[in-house]
Amino acid sequence: MPKFLGPVAGFGVTFATMFKKANTEYYPYEKKVTAPRFHGRHQLNRYADGLEKCIGCELCAWACPADAIFVEGADNTDEERFSPGERYGRNYQINYLRCIFCGLCIEACPTRALTMTNEFELADTSRASLIFTKEQLLAPLYEGMVPAPHEMYPGTTDTDYYLGKVTAAAPGTVTQGQPRDPAEAHKQGTEAGR
Amino acid sequence: MGIEEKLPSGFLLSTVEGLAGYFRKGSFWPATFGLACCAIEMMATGAGRYDLARFGMEVFRASPRQADLMIVAGRVSQKMAPVLRQIYDQMPNPKWVLSMGVCASSGGMFNNYAIVQGVDHVVPVDIYLPGCPPRPEMLMDAIIKLREEIQAMPLGVNREKAARAAEQAAMKALPTIEMLPASARRGAHELNPGIPVGHAPEGGAR
Repeated sequence: MPKFLGPVAGFGVTFATMFKKANTEYYPYEKKVTAPRFHGRHQLNRYADGLEKCIGCELCAWACPADAIFVEGADNTDEERFSPGERYGRNYQINYLRCIFCGLCIEACPTRALTMTNEFELADTSRASLIFTKEQLLAPLYEGMVPAPHEMYPGTTDTDYYLGKVTAAAPGTVTQGQPRDPAEAHKQGTEAGR
Repeated sequence: MGIEEKLPSGFLLSTVEGLAGYFRKGSFWPATFGLACCAIEMMATGAGRYDLARFGMEVFRASPRQADLMIVAGRVSQKMAPVLRQIYDQMPNPKWVLSMGVCASSGGMFNNYAIVQGVDHVVPVDIYLPGCPPRPEMLMDAIIKLREEIQAMPLGVNREKAARAAEQAAMKALPTIEMLPASARRGAHELNPGIPVGHAPEGGAR
């Protein structure tokens, strides 16, 4: 090739680019759909009748390499049943300023209670607001679900729940107990302690 | 700035506020301050595919004196902290800090003696962005949230008033030890009753 044709070939690439379609993503206006297994914000799932899947075993917290998860389990009682079986996660927190979205907690979860969503718009202005609590992480209630705590489907065990044999809440299931105001309970407790 | 500090409160100032906010967010130049892997995502955000130029932010200034925004992209080591503070001090007012990624925001998985556990120990942070590293869309989302704040930023007397209110709020703020558990504080509902007394204030999640 003659020497002067080199720059022609080079600038030819630049020139041809002018006729190509731009690959820019117009993010806030057109959101690109993330991959199906995208590692986004966590979600605490529920069984089909609204009972929580989390059993408070803390395996996710153990698996977490960044120590971002805090779990506190408690015993289910017949008066207050949050999940089928013995235990439930009473307090569940994920600190999104520690979480590295590696998904090891998802792998560790024995009941598939913890999964990840495709939501990633998490930026916020304070550190405290990025510690997500159980209420923020719990899955929404769908058709046929009754908010926990409530009784298990009559005649079933936690194994039936795990095997997916419960497909909806039993007719007439109601949420147990009067919702207590935790702030009020805490206040009373501190006064009693003094 | 100068003249808007002397203007009286009222209609004129609110219009100036809106205009100044609009101009500030429209020419929002970040300082080049990549510290680790998050910087790669930051560069990708500036490049053609995600194109920060759409927000008037494509010029990553090498000099902090020309920058409005410091994107702390990556873990800040103890040795880097004074450097970071100096760059922040060299930026002219008004200036903002975006803490990009978990390492800059809280130390992330590097909970050890070498890494500053959150860049807010060193400089005031305006917006925290989780992710390890955050994808370019997440960075753009944080920038858009920050731009909204800049648009609403008060000026002059209003700014003084806002600063006073913030100071008063900080003085009255509860010490962490007296705070309710996070689950109770957030108007926790019936799902989570009976949080034991004397429970660790922030739970265990650090």
